[in-house]
Amino acid sequence: MSDTRDEWPLWEVFVRPKSGLDHKHCGSLHATDAAMALNLAREVYTRRQEGVSLWVVRSDQIVASDPADKDMLFEPASDKVYRHPTFYKLPDSVDHM
Amino acid sequence: MISGPSITVQHDPIVDYVLRIGDTGLVHAQRLAEWCGHAPVLEEDIALSNVALDHIGQARAMLTHAGSIHASRTGGQAYDEDQLAFLRAESDFRNVTLAELPLRRGGGDFADTVLRNLLLSTWFKLWWQRLQSSVDAALAGIAGKALKEARYHQSHAAQWVVRLGDGTDESAARMGAALARAWPYVPELFKADAVDAAAVASGIGPASSDLHPQWSTEIATVLRDANLTAPAATAFRSTGRRGVHSEHLGYLLAEMQVLQRSYPGGAW
Repeated sequence: MSDTRDEWPLWEVFVRPKSGLDHKHCGSLHATDAAMALNLAREVYTRRQEGVSLWVVRSDQIVASDPADKDMLFEPASDKVYRHPTFYKLPDSVDHM
Repeated sequence: MISGPSITVQHDPIVDYVLRIGDTGLVHAQRLAEWCGHAPVLEEDIALSNVALDHIGQARAMLTHAGSIHASRTGGQAYDEDQLAFLRAESDFRNVTLAELPLRRGGGDFADTVLRNLLLSTWFKLWWQRLQSSVDAALAGIAGKALKEARYHQSHAAQWVVRLGDGTDESAARMGAALARAWPYVPELFKADAVDAAAVASGIGPASSDLHPQWSTEIATVLRDANLTAPAATAFRSTGRRGVHSEHLGYLLAEMQVLQRSYPGGAW
């Protein structure tokens, strides 16, 4: 096992594919600080014209839900079809919306 | 086994002017490519390969152009980029000596790499800036495209030089040593001669010496941020741009050219 104390911090990389679209998570990399993370994100994740804008964030700054809580958090939504707009019957005049 | 014969190049000032920039990019790219699979971290490994490929792309355009003006200006053959890269003799290469010095192999430090990237990318950037207004439309077009790449190369290299120069005692000492090794080869980058004079007279581009003030200003800014001091000037003058190279270029070319010379026209 390598000594993780000598490793550079991990950063998560988000790429905006084009103007108007959201930044999407595309992967991670190691870098010593934010400037280097941005620089290397450009090198590693935008070589093939993948994006027009980059976000980087320290991985340890992300607060994540516990996968073990998946059933409790997300399954109850599965039978709430009325939360989808398609559940409601609209008048014919606006139904094509 | 190197068997294929070398092509014959008629040296004309404007052809040489284009080859000096194109060959410097090609040879620099070949040196940078030695890092592929060997850089200190995976991400920078990809970055150095990206930079090398940018330089190869620029060199391809410049060599293609040199081949075409070789025919129109000297009445010689219209060589393509591959013939000029892979079948030209060492003494017909016109790159500056700094680009051919060993980098990773031969004990070169990573500090030498980031420093050479800074010195040369700043030089390239200034060339492309000025060549955008060349009377030679093809050259102006190449310059316009290459300028964006060069600006990024300079920024990437400057970040590393500052990071290491203004880093730990160890990294600062290594950056200082790399600077001392590279500095004697800098004057060649800005020595104007008959080739430059011909380019200026015909509106093709600036003299090498015209780039010097701006280059010095930009490099001084980075060195100051990096807590580094430019070494004193020396009397040494390298001569790669005249085709008189260090002992290192022949080995580099042998490796770069062996395949095309052994299997002429081979493609894959």
